[in-house]
Amino acid sequence: MEKRVIFKGIWLPLLLVAPQMLITAVFFFYPAGQAVWQSLFIPDPFGLSMQYVGLGNFEYLLSDPYYRASFLTTAVFSTLVTVVSMGVALYLAVLADRLIKGSGTYRTLLIWPYAVAPAVAGVLWMFMFNTRVGVITWYLGQLGYDWNHVLNGSEAMGLVVVASAWGRISYNFLFFLAGLQSIPRSVIEAAAIDGAHFWTRFRTIVFPLLSPTTFFLLVVNIVYAFFETFGVIHTITAGGPQQSTTILVYKVFADGFVGQDLGSSAAQSVILLLVVGALTVLQFKYVERKVHY
Amino acid sequence: MADRHTGMVEKRGAGLWLTHAGLILGVLFIFFPIWLAFVASTVTQPEIVHPPMPLLPGDQFLENYRKALVSGINAPVARMLANSAVMAIGIAVGKIVISILSAFAIVYFRFPGRKLFFWLIFVTLMLPVEVRIVPTYEVAARFDMLNSYHGLILPLIASATATFLFRQFFMTVPDELAEAARVDGARPMRFFIDILLPMSRTNMAALFVILFIYGWNQYLWPLLITTDPEMNTIVMGIKQMFPSGDDIADWPVIMATSILAMIPPVIVVISMQKLFIRGLVDSEK
Repeated sequence: MEKRVIFKGIWLPLLLVAPQMLITAVFFFYPAGQAVWQSLFIPDPFGLSMQYVGLGNFEYLLSDPYYRASFLTTAVFSTLVTVVSMGVALYLAVLADRLIKGSGTYRTLLIWPYAVAPAVAGVLWMFMFNTRVGVITWYLGQLGYDWNHVLNGSEAMGLVVVASAWGRISYNFLFFLAGLQSIPRSVIEAAAIDGAHFWTRFRTIVFPLLSPTTFFLLVVNIVYAFFETFGVIHTITAGGPQQSTTILVYKVFADGFVGQDLGSSAAQSVILLLVVGALTVLQFKYVERKVHY
Repeated sequence: MADRHTGMVEKRGAGLWLTHAGLILGVLFIFFPIWLAFVASTVTQPEIVHPPMPLLPGDQFLENYRKALVSGINAPVARMLANSAVMAIGIAVGKIVISILSAFAIVYFRFPGRKLFFWLIFVTLMLPVEVRIVPTYEVAARFDMLNSYHGLILPLIASATATFLFRQFFMTVPDELAEAARVDGARPMRFFIDILLPMSRTNMAALFVILFIYGWNQYLWPLLITTDPEMNTIVMGIKQMFPSGDDIADWPVIMATSILAMIPPVIVVISMQKLFIRGLVDSEK
């Protein structure tokens, strides 16, 4: 699509794009290029020179059991976060959609946790499940269950999943509710008159019609779980215990800044870059399709 | 679901109450962690470290919040709030300004490199700062941007979402407006300032809400770039308030800080709910 009416001039438009171009070049293209470049080298033990190793960093990474474990951890983590937050959000949105009035009030009550930073959500959940002072830990103790996410990897995973999904429910709820409300009432009422019960209607009509929203949210939530949950992980578990919650983004940080292993960290960045690229292509394909509807 | 035996689409009677009950359960699940944090910010340290802590607020509200705001733990929380405000507003305003200017250029001019520029921006949609974090940090360090506001802001506005949004919007502006401006002999910048900017007000406001929250909630970047506690933002500063090792955390002050960290973005979301929803839907299109 192009505008028919345009203004003349070359210097003015170049001047107008200059600020964005400059910032993007310095803080985006240069660092991204550096990541690719650095991924091909390893620094010597004294950090004085770099040795070219080709794809050595990648080969090393892909054979590194810790890195492979981190891939698996990321897959488990992002699947759980996506399923939990979308599941709860869909359930609430379906309920809110059934109300003739009052769904606006619930929307107001449910959307504002979107504003709570993942890192703050992490602190809140870590407080409730704190091994010494946590209220829920204490009640679980009364019930005879000894909660300790500092030592138990599965409990740590459960906690970071719930904390990450919790803050995300609002966002998914908002899109699901909008999706549900855009389904024509007449279609659903026709099915109801034909005697289709709620569950049948949901399964055969509502859910299929909701699929563009669901698919869009799926991609967006996976991207969220991959990248934006860093704050949750860092505040609650710092990747532990025994790396059981070290997702890929956390490992880039841990190896690059804590471990100072720049070559490996850069190679990990490049791998993540490919993952994001794939997800973006997926999303744009989908958006493309939606436009053609 | 609650009632499978009626053909009703909306719920009445018992089904209606069950629907409300389900929603209220959801609201409670969302609220409970925040309620607990609020209660913890109003009681004394001994009440928390001897569990279970109370579930109703105590009388230490003023004391805890005063302590947090004025002295904090590493730096006064008032100072961290100010840093967060500068960062969030800087990111929102900065990104809107550079984006609307370049979108104007891309849509209303034909100039060499336009296509290339368009694609260069397009690529930036893909890559969150988390992925290029180490080299971006090196760039910031080389430019002496550690512990500075521009160091907090600039690397985070290098992305093109806003440019795309404005481009989409400008495409829907009727050509007749630009035509009329041109016939009247108006210079491009007159047209931009007198016609396009006022028309973009709602879009800018919606974008501001989204970007403000995005900026306020940043964690990893401030964590790397602000080593001086005086430059910490509140969201990343909370974690720094926990003692290392076995010392016991000052829970009331930390929880007061957590509540303070939520208040500004929550106010923005609730008071500008319509703009917020619009911004969210627009920016994900």
